[in-house]
Amino acid sequence: MLRYLIRRTLFLILVLWIISVLTFLIFVKLPAGDPARRAAGRRTNERIIAQARKNLGLDKPVIVQYARFAKGLIPWPGLFLNRQVYFSYSNYVPVKEELYQRLPITITLTVGAAVLWLLVGLPIGIISAVKPRSIADRASMIFALFGVSAPVFWLGLVLLYVFWFQLGWAAGSGIPAGETLWQAILKGRFILPWVALSLAFAAFYTRMVRGNLMEVLSEDYIRTARAKGLSERRVIFRHGLRSALTPVVTMFGMDVGLLLGGAIITETVFNLPGLGRYAIQGIRGSDFPAVMGVTVLGTFFIIVANLVVDVLYAFVDPRIQLS
Amino acid sequence: MATVTADPGISAPGPGGPGEASPQVVGRSLGQLFWRRFRRDRFALAGVVFLVIMILLALGAGFIADNIVHHGPNETFVRERLNDFGLPKGPDRAFWFGSDNAGRDVFVQILFGARTSLIIAFFATALSVSIGVLMGLVAGYYRGKVDTFVSRVIDVVMSLPVLLLAVGLAAACGLQPQGCLGGLIKPGLGLVAMVIGLFNWPYIARIVRGQVLSLREKEFIEAARSQGSGNLRIISREVLPNVAAPIIVYTTLIIPNNILFEAALSFLGIGLPPLTPAWGKMLDQAGATFTYAPWMMLYPGLFLFLTVLAFNLVGDGMRDALDPRTAR
Repeated sequence: MLRYLIRRTLFLILVLWIISVLTFLIFVKLPAGDPARRAAGRRTNERIIAQARKNLGLDKPVIVQYARFAKGLIPWPGLFLNRQVYFSYSNYVPVKEELYQRLPITITLTVGAAVLWLLVGLPIGIISAVKPRSIADRASMIFALFGVSAPVFWLGLVLLYVFWFQLGWAAGSGIPAGETLWQAILKGRFILPWVALSLAFAAFYTRMVRGNLMEVLSEDYIRTARAKGLSERRVIFRHGLRSALTPVVTMFGMDVGLLLGGAIITETVFNLPGLGRYAIQGIRGSDFPAVMGVTVLGTFFIIVANLVVDVLYAFVDPRIQLS
Repeated sequence: MATVTADPGISAPGPGGPGEASPQVVGRSLGQLFWRRFRRDRFALAGVVFLVIMILLALGAGFIADNIVHHGPNETFVRERLNDFGLPKGPDRAFWFGSDNAGRDVFVQILFGARTSLIIAFFATALSVSIGVLMGLVAGYYRGKVDTFVSRVIDVVMSLPVLLLAVGLAAACGLQPQGCLGGLIKPGLGLVAMVIGLFNWPYIARIVRGQVLSLREKEFIEAARSQGSGNLRIISREVLPNVAAPIIVYTTLIIPNNILFEAALSFLGIGLPPLTPAWGKMLDQAGATFTYAPWMMLYPGLFLFLTVLAFNLVGDGMRDALDPRTAR
């Protein structure tokens, strides 16, 4: 158990390192032109460019530049997203402050959507696995097929058009200035984003749960469980679901971790000022300290989510403790 | 690999045991078996038909623009197609799907957008399948340290924030006309295809690896080796033909993902040059005025959705037809 966790932690540190190198190369080294000039933003002068060059360490060797950037990855006060490197010259705000301001919106969006897709995907998947080829199964498979094929940015616009513009049932896009997050949630400004973001995931989870559960239900130990006279409900929920859901748990952890780093497209369609929106604005404006900040925070979430899943896994799946 | 079967639905060897009369045992190749099952899947056939029409429309985009509707994808009709407030006019006999904010024809843009979408999806998929198959073959065949290394690489790529990195990579090389790596990579379709292909190979690598791991223990591999075949020959002549079926199926299932990926990139306004029509780009432009001009978002999105759906239908149908466990 301990060895397993140590191995997983080492692997995740490796992932973190690789992402940091990729991010550094892609956002700092790859684009043409002087990085200091790009970082300093559109409205700029020589003094700001010189300042950016000094703060980002761009006058030093590449390895020092990378080291300065990578220091911001270490979750330690004073180091994590330090304002020397992670400073946005497009609006003169430390990236960290901006991120912490936007984070609650992304968290609200992700958590709401995750709850929704589990509430939809799990029951439908279970029902169709238990009664394959029934009408319910066929209907849910068509739903799943449509769900995985509908692009979020189109779905979002269609939902807005129908439920906000035509019917007036739901709130439109964006959060007006001065409205707190709670007010926005209570006014239903997240309902359409939740639906749009969760549909593809719900469809995907339906397929996954159905496939896994059908495979498990054809195993010998399920026949044994039935043979010893357990009720069908107990066979499916206690024996079948337990092993059918373990891969779903892994997937869920990865998806939530990824989305917490910014649901880029959904936030763009619904004009929500979350992390993904910030990253895209940063990429469009060549504001790479901002983009790197989002990537660092996003990677951090992916890794934490993976670790949580690994620990849960070790408790759920007894085989892991043995190996 | 010919399988003998009496009943087309079951791929197990036909009844040929003593005492059992089996007058009509027909030998059918795997391809024939596949086709017999596939054509009974009406959804998958509908998908094939739709895709053929889509490909014909994409190929004939230039012809249709010149000879039928008489205007190109980037021609703007500011005076004719925008009203006094600068808002676009809706569908009519000359502009079947209406016009967009700049007075361009949505229908013609969709046709040329199909071209962009299919070309990028084709090359991106070719790239991801090539990398994936190579990685999977090597990992599954050589096992040991090679396998551990490849599997770790797969795990790492699968836990990357893919969209963010892809957008970053596309922006790094695509936002300025001089490109990146000293002008080696220029903005355009190739860049977008490359970015997508580079991030989407792990799925196919995993599947191929799993198949090869079990294949390499089979007798016919041993037979080939005992005849003195080298590793390269065994991989290319014995292993590869036997993993061809799953590769084809998963290739069909990767294409829709890549189409969605390309649409997402162009929706975010990154990667493609300004005058290249793309469905994602059209949806991005539609976002500003979709309450007034719903046709701007409806039609491009519908085509994107139906194309992705069609590929998914065909892919699912092929998987069911090739998988003996899903006998109906």
